[in-house]
Amino acid sequence: MSEERTLEELEEQIDRLKSLDSRNGLDLTEEIDTLTEKLAARKEESKEERDEWDKVKLARHPDRPDSEDYLEYLTDDFYPLHGDRLLGDDNALKGGLAKYQGRTIVAIAQSKGGDAEQSQETNFGMLRSEGYRKARRLMNLAERFNFPLLTIIDTPGAYPGKEAEERNIGGMIARSISKMVSLEVPTLAAVIGEGGSGGAIAIGAADRVLMLENSIYSVISPEGAAAILWGDRDRADDAARALKLTAEHARELGVIDEIIPEAGKGAHVNFETTADNLSEALSSCLNELSGYDRGKLLAQRRKKYRDIGSYRKVVKKKKEE
Amino acid sequence: MPLFRDEEYLRVDFEEEEEKDEALWVKCKSCDKLIFKKKLQENNHVCPNCGAYFFLTAKERIKSLTDEDSFEDRTKRIESDDPLDFADSQGYAEKIEENQADTGMFDAIIVGTGAVKEQDLVLASMDFRFIGGSMGSVVGEQIVTGIELAAEKGLPFVLVSSSGGARMQEGLLSLFQMVKTTSARDLLSEAGLPFISVMTYPTTAGVEASIASLGDVIIAERGALIGFAGRDVIEQTIGEELPQDFQSSQFALEHGMVDSVVERDSMRDEIANILEFF
Repeated sequence: MSEERTLEELEEQIDRLKSLDSRNGLDLTEEIDTLTEKLAARKEESKEERDEWDKVKLARHPDRPDSEDYLEYLTDDFYPLHGDRLLGDDNALKGGLAKYQGRTIVAIAQSKGGDAEQSQETNFGMLRSEGYRKARRLMNLAERFNFPLLTIIDTPGAYPGKEAEERNIGGMIARSISKMVSLEVPTLAAVIGEGGSGGAIAIGAADRVLMLENSIYSVISPEGAAAILWGDRDRADDAARALKLTAEHARELGVIDEIIPEAGKGAHVNFETTADNLSEALSSCLNELSGYDRGKLLAQRRKKYRDIGSYRKVVKKKKEE
Repeated sequence: MPLFRDEEYLRVDFEEEEEKDEALWVKCKSCDKLIFKKKLQENNHVCPNCGAYFFLTAKERIKSLTDEDSFEDRTKRIESDDPLDFADSQGYAEKIEENQADTGMFDAIIVGTGAVKEQDLVLASMDFRFIGGSMGSVVGEQIVTGIELAAEKGLPFVLVSSSGGARMQEGLLSLFQMVKTTSARDLLSEAGLPFISVMTYPTTAGVEASIASLGDVIIAERGALIGFAGRDVIEQTIGEELPQDFQSSQFALEHGMVDSVVERDSMRDEIANILEFF
């Protein structure tokens, strides 16, 4: 809190000096420069102080804008579509047609819901098999009409329920990945909060994957990892550090393409700047991808995923050992 | 021709090692009876008393499925480089080394070409002993290598899964192997080649939710565990106890997830029969 105030105070001071500078004809450039440098250093510091666990907390912050906020802000005339055409409609996955910068797209978004009631309705963003079937249905729609696909990822993970297993949730996730990775239209994915494991990657196999600065993406929840590693869910903070689940790490590992900066303290404090940053990045990705013909698009995507992984050649070890 | 190449590194004499073990007898977890190890091996690791299945290692599985001397190991000579510098109580790098020493494998999978009742194929077999058969960068790469080999040679691809899912210690890289293997799977469809997925104990989480569920034909071995989420997690979430047969092979068959449930002894015939149609 106090730190945030210091940053704000510095910013105010600079503004004051700047206005003095122009009004009174004084040369305050030096002072302004010093303060600006100080501010930049401070900002850098406050960022560095955010470790993996802080990011987990930010990614799960109750006031963090959810996917519906982004859909509303980024797209026009969102027209929701419901149902998987077999069993039901999963409220944890919103999807539909929308206009993005004048062109029709298909958008699908994992929705955690805002207040308690909405969270119940959306099952806290945990999709059931119906949700993944609905996702695939909407991907097919995008392909049929050559509409680009935008997915927004925010889920703690797929729902671990009895019916979900009976309805082959694993198979549905597999098919959703399979459909998305071979989709013959440009695909964009944005992780805006939690990218929870298989439940997230099911709609994440895009041409370009973007991550908000304070979002997380992980193979397992920090709590789940802590339980496995140390038999203690309370050591989730240690697990979060071990799992390297931040946007920076994801970028280093080569699994995402771009980190979207959030203003100041994060998206929950400054939603519009964050959403504008996201929109700018999405728009430039989409423009680029739209220039590719189908063959190039698919070849590039296939290569991108073919190359993911990290390993080394085995150096022959002595058998005597 | 040796069953497995590069034997200077791969210690393939698994059975010999077994014999080095002090214990000549093992206890069957299902019927509690003591069984002579040699007898168990001769019996395809099926309990001669109650019919329960013991684990098969990747090599034992390959041996049990392929024609004698037909298998040629094409597993890439690669190993994990601990990309996250994973901070476990025991370091991941150390864990890998230990598992390599224990299993004589680079990682949790062996891939190669071979024949099943004189039908050529590419066969990949996972090994649960190696960190729960989990899929990290190496396992993902080996599966893709197997698929590419099949596509190149015009051979069917058979994957025998025995895996708890994506490997935690490689974080996001493991999660993305789900996409990597799934994307490669399309090469088989494009080449008109069949992909038979064999699910054994266990085929769960990230492996079940990707490549293993994408077979043209999916066979479950009797006694397999097939599902996405763990039983404990589901029980905690829904607050009720799950039925005994939950996520069993039979359960998977009844819920339309697999095409058949097959006994271990007839797996070889079953695969050969299916391949006949393609």
